[in-house]
Amino acid sequence: MYKILEKKDLNNEVVFMKIDAPAVAKKCEPGQFIILRVNETGERIPLTIEDYDRKEGWVSIIFQKVGKTTHLLGTLNKEDYIQDFVGPLGIASHTDNMERVCVIGGGLGCAIAFPQAKKLFRKGAHVDIIAGFRNESLVILEEEMKINSTNYYLMTDDGSAGEKGLVTAKLKELIENGANYDTVIAVGPVIMMKFVSLLTKEYGIRTIVSMNPIMIDGTGMCGGCRLTVDGQTKFACVDGPDFDGHKVDFDSVLQRLSMYKEEENHKCNLFRGIE
Amino acid sequence: MAKINMTPVKTKMPEQDPNIRNSNFFEVTTGYTAQMAHDEAMRCLNCKNKPCVAGCPVNIDIPNFIHSITEGNIEEAYEIITRTNSLPAICGRVCPQESQCELPCVRGIKGEPVAIGRLERYVADYMLAKETFTTNVKKPTVKKNKKVAIVGSGPSGLAAASDLCDMGYDVTIFEALHKAGGVLVYGIPEFRLPKSIVEKEIERLKTKGVKIELNMVIGKTISIQELHDEEGYEAVFVGTGAGLPNFMNIPGENLNGVYSANEFLTRVNLMKAYDPSYDTPIYFGRHVAVVGGGNVAMDAARAAKRLGAEHVSIVYRRSEKEMPARIEEVHHAKEEGIEFHLLTNPTCILGEKGWVNGMECVKMELSEPGTDGRRRPAVLSGSEYILDVTSVIIAIGTSPNPLIKTTTSGLDTNKWGCIVADTETGQTSIPYIFAGGDVVTGAATVILAMGAGKKAAAAIDKYL
Repeated sequence: MYKILEKKDLNNEVVFMKIDAPAVAKKCEPGQFIILRVNETGERIPLTIEDYDRKEGWVSIIFQKVGKTTHLLGTLNKEDYIQDFVGPLGIASHTDNMERVCVIGGGLGCAIAFPQAKKLFRKGAHVDIIAGFRNESLVILEEEMKINSTNYYLMTDDGSAGEKGLVTAKLKELIENGANYDTVIAVGPVIMMKFVSLLTKEYGIRTIVSMNPIMIDGTGMCGGCRLTVDGQTKFACVDGPDFDGHKVDFDSVLQRLSMYKEEENHKCNLFRGIE
Repeated sequence: MAKINMTPVKTKMPEQDPNIRNSNFFEVTTGYTAQMAHDEAMRCLNCKNKPCVAGCPVNIDIPNFIHSITEGNIEEAYEIITRTNSLPAICGRVCPQESQCELPCVRGIKGEPVAIGRLERYVADYMLAKETFTTNVKKPTVKKNKKVAIVGSGPSGLAAASDLCDMGYDVTIFEALHKAGGVLVYGIPEFRLPKSIVEKEIERLKTKGVKIELNMVIGKTISIQELHDEEGYEAVFVGTGAGLPNFMNIPGENLNGVYSANEFLTRVNLMKAYDPSYDTPIYFGRHVAVVGGGNVAMDAARAAKRLGAEHVSIVYRRSEKEMPARIEEVHHAKEEGIEFHLLTNPTCILGEKGWVNGMECVKMELSEPGTDGRRRPAVLSGSEYILDVTSVIIAIGTSPNPLIKTTTSGLDTNKWGCIVADTETGQTSIPYIFAGGDVVTGAATVILAMGAGKKAAAAIDKYL
C-alpha cells in the first residue's frame, strides 16, 4: 500500500498527487512512468512521473479524470492509500546534446513534458515551452513552467488565456523567426504529436514524442502497448516511452487508443478526452 | 495384503460437463474422492525398479506415496511427496505426466498407466482443504543469517525459495506484478489451476519464513548488482521466466482485436476481466481465432469460449499429431466446442476502420521430417482463403524478458536471449547469480522450472 502524502486539484479535471514510494523515488528519472492500481478490483494504469524527491522518498503524478480508474483515484485524499504503485518503468528521456530545445505540452502532456524541460533548463540549455490547452480553466503548471524555461508561450483553443491558436502555429512562428532549435520535445494528445512531427519534419528538426498507450504490466509482457516505429513493432513500455516523432506511425496508435472506447467505464488512457 | 486392482484403465476423473463448463471458470476436473483415490492407488504394482521415479523431474518417491494412499495415510503420502516437491497441488494439475512419470509406468504396457498425477493432486487437495494448511508449517530448525534474493515468484522461484528457506537462509522473493505466482497466476487459467490453490501454497511459504516483495521490477526498481552490493544479498536466483510475447510479423498485427496470448490471458487471469466486479476490460467479438498449438493456445481458446465468444478456432500450421499441447488439453478443448483449423497458417490479418474483420490463411502440407525430427510445414500454393474472425490471439510462444539481461552487465545470454547457466547448478557467468526455469531454457513446463529452482537452491547452499 502506498500512502498519498499530498493532493491538489489543479483544475476541475486534473489532479496532482504526491505518493510515498521511496523505492521508485530512489531510481526514477524524467520521462519514466509508474503503473498503479487503485484497489483490489482496479485496472493497472500507466502514469508518467511528474516530479520526485529521492531524500524524502516521494513521487508525484498528475492525472486527468477521464475514465473509471482516474475518477476513482481522484476520490482519494491525503492520508489515503493506493493499492499498488510500481516503477520506475520505461527508459528515461535522453537530454544529451540538446542546446536549443522547444518543449511542447498539450493539456495534461504538460505534466509529462515538465520534468524534461526543467532538467534541460537547469543543465543550461535554451528551453522554450509552448503549453496548449482547450481553455483557461484547464491551464496547469503555468508558474512552474515559466520559472523553468527561457520563454513560455501559453496557447488556448478559445483564446481565454494566452494566445488563441494551436501549439503547431506557435511552433511554426518561432521556427520561422529563427529559433534554430536542435530538438523539439512534444508530449500531449497523439493527434498533436502527429502534427508537431509533420511540421518539424519539414524543417528537419529532431523531434521526440512520448507515447503512453494502453498497457497492463509495463515490463514487456503483454505487448498491448505495441506501436509501429520505422516499420518495426516496438513496445512503448520497454522500448519507450520516448520515440523519434518522425518515425512513429501515429495513425495506427490513434486506432489502438480507441480499442476500449465503447466501454465508457474503462477509459484507462491518459490522453483520451483532452483533445 | 490387499489385491492389486487389475483394471486396465485409469479410474475416471470426475469433471464438469463440457457444455456447462464452457461457460464458467470453475475447475474442469473436480478431483478424486477417497474411494477413487484408493481404487487407483491399488493399481500400482509397487515395482522394484520404479521407472516412474526416474521419469519425474524432481524424483518424487512415487510408489511409496501411492502405497500410503492404499493404507489411507494421506498425511504420510503428502510428507513423502513434499520431500522433493513443494507444490504438489499445482504439479498434480499442470504437469505433463503422460510424458514424464506415467510414460514408463509398467501398467501402461498393457493398458493405461497409473494415474500418478491425479493421485498427487488428491493427496495435495486433501491437505490443502485443512484449515491449518497455511498455518501449521514446519519451520526451518537452523538459521544461517545469510540473505538470498529470488527474482520472480513463478514455479522456479517458489521452489528455490522453499528449499533455501528450509536450509535456514533468509529468503526474499521480488515480484514485478502485484500478485505472487508468476505464470501460475497470470498465465494458467482458473479453470485449469484455481488461483486459491496458488495463494494457499504461497501463504504456506510465507508462514515458513519466505518474504515476498511485490511491485518490485528488478532491473528497474533495483538492480541485481544493488541487491548484492548494497542490500546484502549474498546470492541471487533469477527465475523471471519467458514473459515476452512473440508476434508473427505479418500485416495487420497491430489492429484492434489482436492480442498476444500473454495479454489476453493476463487480462483474464491476473486482472479477472471475466468477473464483472473487476474493472479491466477485454474484447473478443463473435469469432476468435487463436494462432498456435501449445497449451497456451488451448488456454486462450478455452478462456475466450468461456467469456462468450460464439466461435473459437485454433489455427495451427502443422497437424494435430505435432501439436505441442498436452493431449488432455486438446481433448478438453474439443469437448468444449473449440474448432480446429489444422495445417493452416495465417498470412495477413484484415481490418476495417482499425478493427479485425478477417484473417487470410493458407493451407499447409507436411514435408519429410527435418534434422530435428519434426515435419516441416510448406505452403500449398493457391490455397489462400479468408477466415471470418473478429479477433485474433497470437499464441506462438514467448521469449525471456530482456530486462535483467540489459541491466546486469557481465551476465551472459545466448542468441535467443536466454541466460546461460550451468545445467547442474544454475550458476551464471556472474558467480553469485544463479538462474533457472524458462529464462534459461525458453518456454517449458512448470515442473522443469521447479526442478531447476531446486538444483539452484542446492548449488547456492554449496556456494555460500
